[in-house]
Amino acid sequence: MVRYIQRRLLIMIPVLWGVATLVFLFMYLLPGDPASAILAQSGGKAKNLAALREQLGLDQPLGTQYLTFLRNAVRGDFGDSIFLHRPVIDILLENLPASVELAVAGMAVAVVIGLSAGILAALKHNQWLDRLCMVLAITGVSMPNFWLALLFMYAISAVAMRWNITLLPVTGQGDLKHLILPAVVLGFGASGSLARLVRSSMLEVLQQEYMVTAKAKGLRRAALVLRHALPNALIPVITMIGLTFGALLGGTVIIETVFSRQGLGRTIVDAIVWKDLPIVQAAVLLTAVMYMLVNLLVDISYAIIDPRIRYE
Amino acid sequence: MTHTLRARTPSLRAEAPPSDKADSPWRISLRILGKNRAAMLALGVLILISLSALFAAQISPYDPNEVDILNQLQGPSAEHLLGTDLYGRDILSRIFWGGRVTLVVGLMSVGIAATFGILLGLISGFYGGVVDSVIMRFIDILLAFPRILLALTIVGMLGTGLFNVMLAVGIASITGYARLVRGTVLSAKEETYVEAARVIGCPDRRILGKHLLPNVIGPVIVLATLDVAAAILAASSLSFLGLGVQPPTAEWGYMLNEGRNYLRTAPWITFFPGMAIAVSVLCINMLGDGLRDALDPRLKL
Repeated sequence: MVRYIQRRLLIMIPVLWGVATLVFLFMYLLPGDPASAILAQSGGKAKNLAALREQLGLDQPLGTQYLTFLRNAVRGDFGDSIFLHRPVIDILLENLPASVELAVAGMAVAVVIGLSAGILAALKHNQWLDRLCMVLAITGVSMPNFWLALLFMYAISAVAMRWNITLLPVTGQGDLKHLILPAVVLGFGASGSLARLVRSSMLEVLQQEYMVTAKAKGLRRAALVLRHALPNALIPVITMIGLTFGALLGGTVIIETVFSRQGLGRTIVDAIVWKDLPIVQAAVLLTAVMYMLVNLLVDISYAIIDPRIRYE
Repeated sequence: MTHTLRARTPSLRAEAPPSDKADSPWRISLRILGKNRAAMLALGVLILISLSALFAAQISPYDPNEVDILNQLQGPSAEHLLGTDLYGRDILSRIFWGGRVTLVVGLMSVGIAATFGILLGLISGFYGGVVDSVIMRFIDILLAFPRILLALTIVGMLGTGLFNVMLAVGIASITGYARLVRGTVLSAKEETYVEAARVIGCPDRRILGKHLLPNVIGPVIVLATLDVAAAILAASSLSFLGLGVQPPTAEWGYMLNEGRNYLRTAPWITFFPGMAIAVSVLCINMLGDGLRDALDPRLKL
């Protein structure tokens, strides 16, 4: 078990290095000279060009820039934001909790809806409940989350105008009330694919011989499902949860923008629009690292649950 | 494909109507798809959407960029079936023209992703060894980023506009095809017919192109179909954030962004483009599901 974790961690290191290299190279995707492109974005004057180049380290040879970037990245130093004039790492750490909160809440919603719908659909296979759950699932997968968010916002404002009650706050953040709507919108989209996977996985498990044996032993329905079917059915679902987290991280970008919440996603979008490169590089790197860690945790828990994996 | 495949038919194939002459697996698959009513309905709607996009110039009642401030923010009416937006532009026309952009972006990004992904997967799976390791490490690095974040960053660096959006979404989608094709090739290359082809001196690229590729294409078609839906969502998300297709080009995601500030007073600006995206993506997903059932990989290889 420990060796499995060691092996996985070891594999992660070259990938992390590759990710950092790719993030570093992003800057050179900018057409022409990065500094000019950034200044053009803000309508800056030519005399600031030299200062900007020095700040970005563009006056150094490429190899030196790369090594400096790596060395600083490991220490968590990404320089200062070009437009906010503050250390990038501070800006990121300020915005991180809000996004993590949103992503976790969205994951909770997705898991609750997805698991319930999937299990229900599998148990009532081919009946109307099955079809309803699957229609909801495919709708969740197909609907653009920004449209769903706007629909909710319209519904709430329509109700407020007509009956003078505001059901839920629509913008802002800080407490649970403000978290509900964004989390539901975020989670609903992810719940669709989860529900479909849970359903097909459950269906496969329910057909296994050990289920027939368990039923022949006289177990009650609930025990059958919860103790025999569900743990086995959840094995492929756990891998999907890792992928879902990535989708949710990406989703926070949109959701934070629509609901006017301050968080990492919104920071990334603003930084990209303004071409505030140090923030973009650091934020993308941070997000990638988080995503990799979550997938690592998922793999480890997969190995814990399914002993066959450990002995590969 | 040999006839023994038909002997191993599970339930779906058993339901396929019988026929006198020997059927190619493709024809059997098409027949199964044909019996899937949901998928056929979805296909019908998709054809309608595609036709309306292709003939947008002919069927649009107004020019999509025609500004008419006097008639701004009008609700749906006889003159403007879906209402007008902030600049008095007819929303129905903008939806037809926006369909073009959506179609192009969806198909082209998937084209880019599939081309490079299949290529990488074929080479990686077939040659193995160092080549495989290098390519797979590269794919792992791409996989470390959430897809929309990768597309967002690429667009952020390259600049906005239709072509860059296609490129960004395409690059962010390569990994799915690469892994799928690699996995299939890894198992297929052990088959006897590959060994036989090698023995008679068949050059590698012929083995790849003529023998391995056709076996891989089934699952790839399913992935590509579902990927078009994902690409459309990704591209419209980018446009919604203002980082995609630029004004005044009509694009569904961007129209939603424009409607945000007028949500209470003119909800139709937001409602109809969003509906267009949702319906298109829904139909593509339903079609993709039908294709997946019809091309059931358990029956191939």
